[in-house]
Order: sequence, then structure tokens, then C-alpha cells
Amino acid sequence: MSPLAAALRKDLLLQWRTRAQVVAVFAFGASALLLFSFAVGPNAGVLREHAAGFLWLGLLLSSTLTLAESFHAEAEHRALEGLLLLPASARSLYYAKALANALALAALGAGLVPVMVVLYDAATPRIPALLGIILLGSAGLSAPGTLYAAMTSQARARQTLLPLLLFPLVVPVLLAAVKATGLLIQGDPMGQVRSWTLLLVCFDVIHWSLCGLLFERVVED
Amino acid sequence: MAERALDPWAVQASGLGRRYGRRWALADVSLSVRLGSRLLVTGRNGSGKSTLLRVLATAARADRGTARVAGYDIREGRAEVRRRIALLSHHSFLYEALSARENLAVAAGFLDHGAGARVPGLLGTVGLAERADDPVSSFSAGMRKRLALARALLQPAEVYLLDEPYGELDPPGFRLLEAALDELKAKGATVLLASHLLERGRERCDEAIVLEEGRLAWSGPAAELREGGAAP
Amino acid sequence: MKSDRLPYSLLALGLALLLWGSYWGLFLAPAEAYMGDVQRIMYVHVPTAWNAMLALTFAFACALLSLFRGDPVWDARLEGALEVGVTLSALLCMQGAIWAKPTWGVWWDWDPRLTTTAVLVFAFGAILALRQFVDDPVKRATWSAVAAIIAYADVPIVYFSVKWWNSLHQTQSSPETVSRAFHWPLRINAFGMLFLMSGLISLRSRLALLRREEETAPPLPGRTVDRWGDARSLLMAGPAGVISGGWEFVWAAYGVTAVILTGYAVSVFARYRAQRRRREAVKR
Repeated sequence: MSPLAAALRKDLLLQWRTRAQVVAVFAFGASALLLFSFAVGPNAGVLREHAAGFLWLGLLLSSTLTLAESFHAEAEHRALEGLLLLPASARSLYYAKALANALALAALGAGLVPVMVVLYDAATPRIPALLGIILLGSAGLSAPGTLYAAMTSQARARQTLLPLLLFPLVVPVLLAAVKATGLLIQGDPMGQVRSWTLLLVCFDVIHWSLCGLLFERVVED
Repeated sequence: MAERALDPWAVQASGLGRRYGRRWALADVSLSVRLGSRLLVTGRNGSGKSTLLRVLATAARADRGTARVAGYDIREGRAEVRRRIALLSHHSFLYEALSARENLAVAAGFLDHGAGARVPGLLGTVGLAERADDPVSSFSAGMRKRLALARALLQPAEVYLLDEPYGELDPPGFRLLEAALDELKAKGATVLLASHLLERGRERCDEAIVLEEGRLAWSGPAAELREGGAAP
Repeated sequence: MKSDRLPYSLLALGLALLLWGSYWGLFLAPAEAYMGDVQRIMYVHVPTAWNAMLALTFAFACALLSLFRGDPVWDARLEGALEVGVTLSALLCMQGAIWAKPTWGVWWDWDPRLTTTAVLVFAFGAILALRQFVDDPVKRATWSAVAAIIAYADVPIVYFSVKWWNSLHQTQSSPETVSRAFHWPLRINAFGMLFLMSGLISLRSRLALLRREEETAPPLPGRTVDRWGDARSLLMAGPAGVISGGWEFVWAAYGVTAVILTGYAVSVFARYRAQRRRREAVKR
């Protein structure tokens, strides 16, 4: 088995075993969306206008839980170190974990879409496009997020440090994903979704390569 | 590319040092371990036994000094060293959410093709065959130690570094461990055993070293080691 | 311990140039055609912008060197460059807000450059926070370097995304070329701030190196070589029409700049002297 496949199998197995947490994180995300509507007020038009923003903010906040949790199992008994000593290449461990996290976040995002549709009356006929944006955005959150989750799982004050480090970096993901999602919901007369999608792809390519290169330095002593 | 040294030494360390903040956990430790021999590493708590094993296993970096393990440099040939060693550490390297069998299967996935086939046999050897499919979170400390031992034995290594393997084991577990040690001896593997259980260590090891505050306080044949763990 | 002549001379030279350039910009240079006296804020705002970016670029270089060489000196310089860069960037945002109020009527107009700078304050500031929570100096150095590289690589992406995001709302007018008479105070202040910034980074790096020395065990005596050796214009066109008055904003911008730069310099100086005194006491 290739190291990437072995690592991916491990991460997907771990996610499946801890799937009860997924429900909890989903509940967190959904309640965040509810709180946003309380903050803004029951104005249907305003809610619909900002639905995309709320969805992605909810996903961003939930991602800190998912990402931190993904390294809890690795740090508990130093399982990650054990794998590195086999030896397993740090790079394959990173890409497997980042991929598993991206899929988890995408599933979470997709799960929050019905919540968005119901609370904000914000639906779109272009479902495949929406899922594509969610996947690209999740990949964008996951690449630096997995690296920083690995880092902060070993540091003190880890709960505060992860969002502190991650949020400024993923501003482009937030901007592009919110814009693209908003256009899908409200209508896209000038065909701008493509440019925002391109921005997401650019961000993903840069960070998936850069973080993959640097991961080894983060997890080795 | 890392080059392999061709000589009869499994481990050769010179001036190894590792500091944690203001304290040198390991200070200027030099030692040589012959291929196929067994070295007992002993000393009080906090004397640096674990750190020494971790540095030699490349699990922790060395801030000073050099070492060659299984013929490769611990800095330049880290991947090669790792292919030839197995570390049994204080930390079990286990995933709580996975079963015993799955934990071994995960490790086997990164090893050679035959490793997966060895899993059922190893589970039987360490006495976990009946609980193989229970999650590790339900295991006692002794059972986790057995599983960690099975994991260490999964890969055929040239040098085994065992950090307090007797800890948490019950008497049947002791016998199990010693049977494994005997088998490793028969295969010609080198074993570094860190323990403060002197009687058992003395019996099974050829050489011994005593660490005191990170420094080498004594080294010599294991038979000459006195009671109490202090340097003779 | 080498003498501190270098950072102190840089600081003195920088301060002198800044006082000269600011005096020129405040009192001698003529008011600008569109923006009136508020334009004078540019004489500190543009140099701050250049030097903030320069400091963060230097931080990026230090991060690369720290990661590939492992010498503690580069980690110390990274810490200095990060702190100075974040301070200058935060100062830039404050100046930008003070400039925007009389110009656009709002404190924040989501200008791409300033917005990117605000994001950078948080991105690089987070790395400074990270350093507080990592005890092992080698790990701290490695992680800060990794984080700084990723954050710096993010800068262009952040800038372009904010620019496109904002371009849909704001009509960006092209910057006006400035007449020759205006260049001198700008240049003098730019150099002044360059020297000031270099002096601050140098002093702050020395502080970092001393601190690292204090928290690390002294090297072991012996023959083997210790690998981890003990070393220790935004020149924007205004809206239609002339802005009258606005002197209070000019004073506010210069005042904030002076206070922050002085306050920061004094704090670095005090901490450095204290650390040196502690070191001398230990030696005796």
C-alpha cells in the first residue's frame, strides 16, 4: 500500500469511529446560523442577502472544532510520532489528514446548506456549482488549518491559538467563497462566479503545496 | 544520501546532549553497543534514560554530539535509521478510538508487505487475541503495554529500544516480554533496555550503563552492576 | 558582548531625519491642490507603508534563513522584524483611518492596501502570540519561521482578493502624480523611518538573543562542536472639490506616529537595558 493510501485509510477510519462528534459539530454550526439570524433580525430580505456570509462564517467557526479534534487522537499517545518512526513520510501523513479534514468540512458545509435554505430562504438551482464551491472552500480551510492544528496540538493555549493563526490567513477563502455562494443564490448576470472560483483554486494550489512542504518541520522534534 | 558504516557496532554515540530549557536532560553521553548484544540502561527517575533512547531512535533531536544507529547517522540518515529500529516508548503510540487489531493494521500499512500477515500472530503472542476487536479505550494499562509491545515487534528491526517495558505488566506479562527478548536474541537483534528493575535486567543483558542527571556515571558488564541502581 | 553603537546610531540618525522631514512636510511644503493640508499626512503615511512592508519582507527572509540554517541569530532577527513590522502596520492602519475621515467622511473605506495591512497585523501578530506559548526555543524558532513563510506567501493573495472584493463597490480613481516640490519631505522621512526601523529591529533582535541565552542552558564544555552555537504613497487623488481645513487630522496623524514610534522605541530600549543588566549580574 502506498504511504498516502495507508495514511488516508487511517484518517478515514478514525473519522468514521469518531462520527458522533460530527453530529455535535453540525449542531454547533447550525446553532451559529441561528444566532446570526437573531443578531440581524427577522427581516427576510436582509437575511437572504447575507445568507452566503452566514453560511461561511458558520463553517469557519465550526472548522476550528473539526481541525483541532483531528489532531487530538494523534497527540494523545503520540500516535503521529509513532507513525513517523516506522518510518512514514510526514508529507503523506499531512496530505491524508488534510484531505480527510477537507472532506469532513465539505460534508459539514453541505449539511448546513439546508439550514441556510430554511432559515434565510436562500436557495439556488445550481446545486453542483454550490457543492463545488463548498468543496474548494473546505480545501482552502483545510490546508493551512491541518498544519496549524498539528502545531497547536503540541503547544499550550491551543484552543485560542488555532483560530488566531488560521483566521487571518483564510481571508481570501472567505471572501471568494462568500462572493461565489452569494452570486449563486442571488443570480449571476455577469458570470463572475468563475473568477471567484479561480481565486479559490489559486489559494488551494498554493497552500496545499506550501503546507505540504513545511509540515515535516512542524511535526519533527 | 546517507552512507552505511560497515562495522560491528549497532550503536555508536559520541558526546550526545539534549537540553530542555535550562536543563541538560542528556549531557555528553558516549557509548558503543555491539551488534547482537543487549544493553541495560539504568538510573534514577529523570536521569535521562528515556531521552537517550528517544534520541537514538530519532524521535527526539540531539542538540549536541553525534550518533550512528544501525550504521546510519541519526541526523543525516534519519529515515534509514527509522527503518532499522523499533522503539517501545512511555507513550503507547496507540489510537484510543481504534481496536487493537486496527492499531496494528494501521502501523502495518506503512511497513513492508508481510507485516499485515503478522498481525494475528502477534496479537496471540501478547495474549490479546480475545480482545483484538475491542477499542483500546477499554483496555487496562497492562493491556495497552502488551499492544504497544506487539506494535514494536511488528517490524523486523536490527535495534530495539525498549523504555521501561516491564512497567504496567503483570507477571504473565513479564514472562511474555522475556520470551520476546529471548527470541530477539536468537535472531541476532540488538536490544537497548531502559529499566530500573535491576535483577531482571542484569540477567538478560550483557552490558549495562548507569545514567545520573543526564551523564554517564558507569558502564560495564551487566553482571557487575550493584543493587540500588547506583554506580558501583 | 559587542557594543550597541550600531542600533543607537541608526535610531539617532532616523529620528533626526524624521524630525527634519516632518518639519519640512508640516510647515514648509505647500498645501496640495485637491486635498489641502490633509495631504501632509502622506509624508509620514507613505514612509510608514514602505517600511512596514520592508520589515515584514525582512521577516520573511529571516524566516527562510532560520529554517535552513538553524542559527538562533536569525530567529532573534525574525522576532525583531515581526514585532517592528506589526507595530508599523498597526500604525499604518491608524494613520490611514485618520487620513480617511476628512477625505472620505468615514474612518475606514476598505481600501485594498490598508485592509490587507489590517489582515497582516492579525496574521503576523498571531505569530508573536504563538511564540509566547512554545517553551522549547528550537521548536519556537522552527514554528515561527514556518508560520511567517505561510503568512508572507498569503500577502499577495489577500491583497488581490480584497481588491476584487472591493472593486465592485468603490470607484477607485487613479493616483495623481505629485509635483516635484513634494518629493523631498517624503524622501527624507522615508530614509528617516528606514534608519529608525533598522535601529529598532537591531535593538529588538539583541533583546531576543539575550532572552534566548537566558532561557537556554549554557553550552557543555567539551571537544564536540555545539551545532546550536551560543550566538546571540499611498498617494491617492482626492474626491472632487478641495478639502478645507483638516489641520487637526494632520496633527493627529503626526502625533499618533510620534507617540507610537517613541513609545515602542522606549519600551524596547528599557527591556534591552534591563536584560543586559541581568546578564551582567549573572556574570559577576
